Amino acid sequence: MTSPQKAEHILSVENLDKSFGAVKILKDINVAIEPGDFLVLVGPSGCGKSTLLNCIAGLEKSTGGEIKIGGRSMNGVSPKDRDIAMVFQSYALYPTMTVGKNITFGMKVRGVPEAEQQRKLNEVAKLLQIDHLLDRKPSQLSGGQRQRVAMGRALVRDPQLFLFDEPLSNLDAKLRVEMRTEIKRLHQTLGASIVYVTHDQIEAMTLATKIVVMKDGIIQQAGTPNEIYNQPANMFVADFMGSPSMNLIPAQLEAVDEKTKISINRTDMAGIELMMDRKIEGLAGGSKSVILGLRPENISDASGQNAKDGQVAECRVDVVEPAGSDTFVVTNLGGKQVTARMNADVQIMAGDMANFAFDLSKASIFEPESGARIA
Amino acid sequence: MTDLHMNDTHMDDRANRNRLMKRIALRFGLYTLLILFALYYLMPLFVMVVTSLKSLDEIRTGSLLSLPREIDFSSWGKAWSSACTGIQCEGLRPYFWNSVLLSIPAVAISTLLGAINGYVLAQWRFKGSNILFALMLFGCFIPFQVVLLPMALTLGALKIAGSIPGLMLVHIVYGIGFTTLFFRNFYVTIPTELVKAAKVDGAGFFRIFFAIFLPVSPPIIVVTIIWQFTQIWNDFLFGVSFSQAGTQPITVALNNIVNATTGVKEYNVDMAAAIIAALPTLLVYVVAGKYFIRGLTAGSVKG
Repeated sequence: MTSPQKAEHILSVENLDKSFGAVKILKDINVAIEPGDFLVLVGPSGCGKSTLLNCIAGLEKSTGGEIKIGGRSMNGVSPKDRDIAMVFQSYALYPTMTVGKNITFGMKVRGVPEAEQQRKLNEVAKLLQIDHLLDRKPSQLSGGQRQRVAMGRALVRDPQLFLFDEPLSNLDAKLRVEMRTEIKRLHQTLGASIVYVTHDQIEAMTLATKIVVMKDGIIQQAGTPNEIYNQPANMFVADFMGSPSMNLIPAQLEAVDEKTKISINRTDMAGIELMMDRKIEGLAGGSKSVILGLRPENISDASGQNAKDGQVAECRVDVVEPAGSDTFVVTNLGGKQVTARMNADVQIMAGDMANFAFDLSKASIFEPESGARIA
Repeated sequence: MTDLHMNDTHMDDRANRNRLMKRIALRFGLYTLLILFALYYLMPLFVMVVTSLKSLDEIRTGSLLSLPREIDFSSWGKAWSSACTGIQCEGLRPYFWNSVLLSIPAVAISTLLGAINGYVLAQWRFKGSNILFALMLFGCFIPFQVVLLPMALTLGALKIAGSIPGLMLVHIVYGIGFTTLFFRNFYVTIPTELVKAAKVDGAGFFRIFFAIFLPVSPPIIVVTIIWQFTQIWNDFLFGVSFSQAGTQPITVALNNIVNATTGVKEYNVDMAAAIIAALPTLLVYVVAGKYFIRGLTAGSVKG
C-alpha cells in the first residue's frame, strides 16, 4: 500500500500559520516526512498538534504557509481530494450504518464499483480480524472493535497518507498497549506513511520513526525518538519525554583541562562534585550556572553499571518506590527532587545514606534562563 | 456475645419492618393522589363523550354526569355533515379537510427546514451562527398577536391572502423557530468528528445530512411533528385572521358551529364536533407518544 508516485517528501509543511481571530494557534510550522515514515506529533493539550493535523487533512484552513502531499500543493484542495484517510479519537463511526457499510461508505461516495467495494472490504476485514462483525451496528461493538473498524475505514482508502488523531485515548490501559502494537505491526507490514497525534509520550516513543514535540503552537524539537530522548533541545522536551521524566538539577560548571567539573549544592549537607569527560564550550575560565539534565537510568546504585566510572556520591534517600522491574529512589540535589533508577533488589530504606552512581556520558546541559540546550 | 448478636438481629428485623410499612404507606398515598388527578383530568372528556351520545331531551332532564339511557350517534352525524356554521349547513367535514390540507404540508415543510437549519447551526458553524440561532429562538417568544398585521400585509403582497397556502406559510414561518431549536439541540450532541470523517470520505453537505444525520433523527422528528401538528391543528387565531369562507380550518368552524346556533343550543352536537376536532391530535399522541418522551429525554447518540 505504498504510494504509486515516489515523491521525495510524502508530506511537507512549510511555514504554516494558523490563527483563530487574534489567537495564533500554529506559528511557522515546518515539517517534512518521507514515504514510509511514521511521524508522531506530541505535546500537552492545547499545543496545536490536532489543529496541525486538521490543517493537513484540509478540515481547517491555514492562515499562511503551504502544505504539500505527494509533492502536490494542497492550497484550496478539499479533504476528499487530498488522497488521505483519517482515524479519529471518538472513532466517528456512522451510527446507523453497519460495520460493512461504514467501511464502504467512502468508496460508495466515490462511485467505486460494487464488486470492487466487496473485495476491498473483505481484504481489510480479514487483515483487521473483523470479518465476523460486518453486519453489526457500531453501538454493538466494544471500544477495541470500534477502533479496528475506524482503522478499516481508513485502510480501504489505500491513501498516500494516513492521519491518526489520538486514536487510542478512549481505550483502557491494557487495550491501548495491544492496539499500539497492532498499529506498529500494520505500519511495518503496509509500509504506510502516517501522521499520528498523541499526548502520550510513550506512544510517541514506541511508534514513531520521527517525533515532533510541540508547545504553544511552536515546534520545540523534531527528530528520531533516539535524538528526542537523548539530546532534548530544551528543558521542555527533556521534561515532557520519558517517564519518570528527566531530572533537571541546578549546577555550576567549571572547565578543568579537557574535562568539566560539575558542582551541585545541597540544602542540608555539603554539595557534591562530579567530573564530566567532555569539554563544554564558552566556560572561559570562570564558572557558570546551568541546569544539568540526567535521566533516572543514568543514576544508579553503586553496585550498578554506572559505578565503574567512579562518579559516586553519597546522598540521603528520601523516598523508595519499588516498581517491580526497578526501584526508583528519590533524593534531593540542588533543591530539586532527583529520581534514580536502581536495581529491583537494592536494599535501601528511606532516611539511609547511600552511594549513588552518576553516568554523565548522556548528561544534557541547559541554559537556566532560556531552557535551551548547551551541550 | 451471642446474646448481643441475637438482640442485634431482632432490632434489625423491627427496623426493616418499619421501613417496609413506611414504603407501602408512601406508595399508597402516591397512587391515591395520582388516581385522583387522573380522574380530575378525565372528567371533562367523560362529560363530553357522554353528552354527545345523549338526545337533547335527555340532556335537558338528566344530570351532567349520568350515563346515556340510550346511545344515540345522530349528533355525531350532524356535527360531521350537516351542522350549521353560519349560513352554510355542511357540518365540519369540509373544514376538517381544510385543516388536513393545511397541517400536513405545513408540518412536513417546517420540520424539514428545521432539520436543515439545526444541522447547519450545530455542525457547520459559521461567523454569526450563534447570533442567528439566538434570533431564531427570539422568534419563538414573539406573541401571535404581534405578527398579525405585518403578516396580513405580507400575505396581501404575495397575493395569497385568505388562501390555504397563505395560512400554511404563516404556520411554517412561525414554526421554524421551534423546529430549528429542537433539531439544533439534538444535533449538537453528535460529535463534530462525524462530519469530519464524512468529509474525508468525500461526502458533501447534503449527502452527510441525508445519509448520516437524518437516519439518527427519528426521535427528534417525532417530537417536532407532534409539536408542530398540535400547534397548527389547534391554532385558532391565525386561522380566524387569515382565512375566509371556504378556507377556514376546523377550529374556526367549530367556533362557528357552537356560536351560530339559533334557538335551542344543541349541546350534544357541540360536544361531538369538539371531539371530532380534537381526534387527530389525540391520535398523533397515542401513536407517537412513547417516542415523544424518548426524544425529549434522550438525544445523545452513542457510537
